[in-house]
Amino acid sequence: MVGCAPAGAEPVIRGAVRYLDRRSGTAPFVRKALRYLFPDHWSFLLGEVALYAFIVLVATGVYLTFFFVDSTHEVVYHGPYAPLHDQHMSEAYRSVLDISTRVKAGLLIRQTHHWAANVFIAAIVLHLFRIFFTGAFRKPRELTYYIGVTMLMVTLLEAYLGYSLVDDLLSGMGLAIGYSVGLSIPFVGANVMEWLFHGPFPGSAALWPRMYIAHVFLFPILIAALLTVHLALVALKHHTQFQEGRGQSERAVVGVPTWPGQTPRSLGLMLSVAGVLFLLGGLIQINPIWLWGPYHTYASTNGAQPDWYLGWLIGGLRLMPGFDVVIGKYTLIPNAFWGGALYPLIVFGFLYFAPWLERVLTGDRAYHNVLDRPRDAPRRTAIGVAMIVWVVLVFAAGSADRVDVLFGITYVSQIWVYRVLVFVGPAVGAVIAYRICKELQAGEPVEAARHAAMPAD
Amino acid sequence: MLGLLGLSSLSAIAFIVVYALDRIPAQTQLLGLALGLALLFLAAALIVVGKTLVPEEELVEPYPPREHPIDQRIVTQLADEGVDSVDRRGLLKLGLLGAGGALTLAAITPALSFGPLRTKYFYGTPWRKGRRLVDENERLLRAAAIEPGEFYTAFPEGADREELGSPVIVVRLQRAELDLPSALRGYDAHGIVAYSAICTHAGCAISMYRVPTFRPIEPRPALVCPCHYSTFDPATGGTVIFGPAGRALPMLPLRIDGNGVLRAAGNFDGAVGPSWWGVRLRGPNP
Repeated sequence: MVGCAPAGAEPVIRGAVRYLDRRSGTAPFVRKALRYLFPDHWSFLLGEVALYAFIVLVATGVYLTFFFVDSTHEVVYHGPYAPLHDQHMSEAYRSVLDISTRVKAGLLIRQTHHWAANVFIAAIVLHLFRIFFTGAFRKPRELTYYIGVTMLMVTLLEAYLGYSLVDDLLSGMGLAIGYSVGLSIPFVGANVMEWLFHGPFPGSAALWPRMYIAHVFLFPILIAALLTVHLALVALKHHTQFQEGRGQSERAVVGVPTWPGQTPRSLGLMLSVAGVLFLLGGLIQINPIWLWGPYHTYASTNGAQPDWYLGWLIGGLRLMPGFDVVIGKYTLIPNAFWGGALYPLIVFGFLYFAPWLERVLTGDRAYHNVLDRPRDAPRRTAIGVAMIVWVVLVFAAGSADRVDVLFGITYVSQIWVYRVLVFVGPAVGAVIAYRICKELQAGEPVEAARHAAMPAD
Repeated sequence: MLGLLGLSSLSAIAFIVVYALDRIPAQTQLLGLALGLALLFLAAALIVVGKTLVPEEELVEPYPPREHPIDQRIVTQLADEGVDSVDRRGLLKLGLLGAGGALTLAAITPALSFGPLRTKYFYGTPWRKGRRLVDENERLLRAAAIEPGEFYTAFPEGADREELGSPVIVVRLQRAELDLPSALRGYDAHGIVAYSAICTHAGCAISMYRVPTFRPIEPRPALVCPCHYSTFDPATGGTVIFGPAGRALPMLPLRIDGNGVLRAAGNFDGAVGPSWWGVRLRGPNP
């Protein structure tokens, strides 16, 4: 008998399925996609949140491109924001002021874009924690993991570029710091930065169009491409799952199918993320650029703080004691290299080497579909906690100036405390995490026995 | 659920209405509220659908096969055959590699147009012997107007101020406080000293002058960069006394002309700006 759509089905649906399959041959693929199983755990939604924040970023970003001017050509401001009247500024900064004050709904879209960037990176980082502490990066999912780590790195650069494009005082200071970190790369830093900026800082008129095309085209395309491969790999190998005793095993996946079970949930989550981002963008002010004023190389402001996802780098730059490595008159390693380049290299190097490190430390080369709980792998958990404590301490050091202002603890003494803590803290964190894991493991039989003793829960 | 869908529609319409109104106070807030709620009500409706109307039972299914040995063998064989036929012709392989490499080089060559690679521009500053100091409004800086405990940003008269080599900080110290190294002796003009305003650490402008309010703890005035709190001593030639900077601030020699106006008596004693590999090789262009 020739395969035919079931007779009882809605004729419209039947017709559509037949039409599409005859012209594309995709019915087998769609069948699989609709029956694809989503294991159910709240922590599996973090990656989804990142995906939806990215969609909001693209949508709001496209809108902003219709108004933004990618030029550092100097103009005099006469717009609606009186405190900046008669100030010299770049066309780029003026266009963002206009988006914020003249374009209807412009401020809403701009602030939502900024909030979405913050949430996007936060979701990626939390997603990374979930992947790390459950061992989801192990065979056969190492490639998915490497692509994810790469996306985080690209996203940080992308966000930094977007922040820099505005050309307000804070963003200009950030760009100067980024330039200096580039300059600090041994042997070639100055040449590379001069090449990229078309001359020494603040560069030539060529710089802004370059940053702009990178921010709105090159990097987003790169992220979208990586995202596609990332999701394809997840789907091809199917999602990991926790052992929850409902049939989960290394051989069988338990979950809700795409259609109809998962679809309303995922759509609901997507709309929730978008809704929350627009609420934030409308109700909670972020980066009020008109207060910072235009950037000039000779101007700076006190108490400058970057977006949260760069806080660890400013901490790294601030913690370093003051020395350049010099051989004769040749400057081998300028200071900004330590905190601005080497430190993130170590962090990302650790992330890239984590699957290898795990294999070497545990000798485990097996195939894993079932996830660990953090307690199941105390050594991995301890190492992860040590890394987090390290980065968080450096991050906290980046806010020492605010603590000085708010609580009166002098900046200099705080920095000395942090210089010690960044060595002690991770070790202490690792020991505590390891002990907690062991305690939890030891407590499990007791818990189970207690459960068994209590009839009818 | 219909209620939620109705609320979502109402919020979406409210967004359009608020947008259509002329400028009203809190328009951004109302727009965000309306659009956010429209999305959230719709989300809530979908989640209710998911919980109530749609079967949500879990299914069990085998994971996809871990590997496909037969396909692996065929792919390996096919790839091997292709490579083999080239492999047997050593010269062809060499030619292919050569052409590929040359083409790659040709493809990336236009990227050299991005910018110069020579670092001589890093040594340029607009300062020359005799150039007058002006303030942000292009007014001449007079020695008599420089108060102790105050902080002035100055520029070379008529120059591009955005160049890293332009801005300097001018402060007045007691001559007794001055303790310049021998190479910088005479760089001050009656206790007035000038340093590059660009931090040698990460290129921010130095914008803070820490004047001692309590001498035993803060014995000296100091110049501070707000980005990473590199702290420089203006009395000893801009040496680093705290923070991450690895190099003293370049000092600009000053003199006072017949009209009491501050002038540069030469160029900085070292290259200006954040450190890079050649920053100590020579001083700025004359």
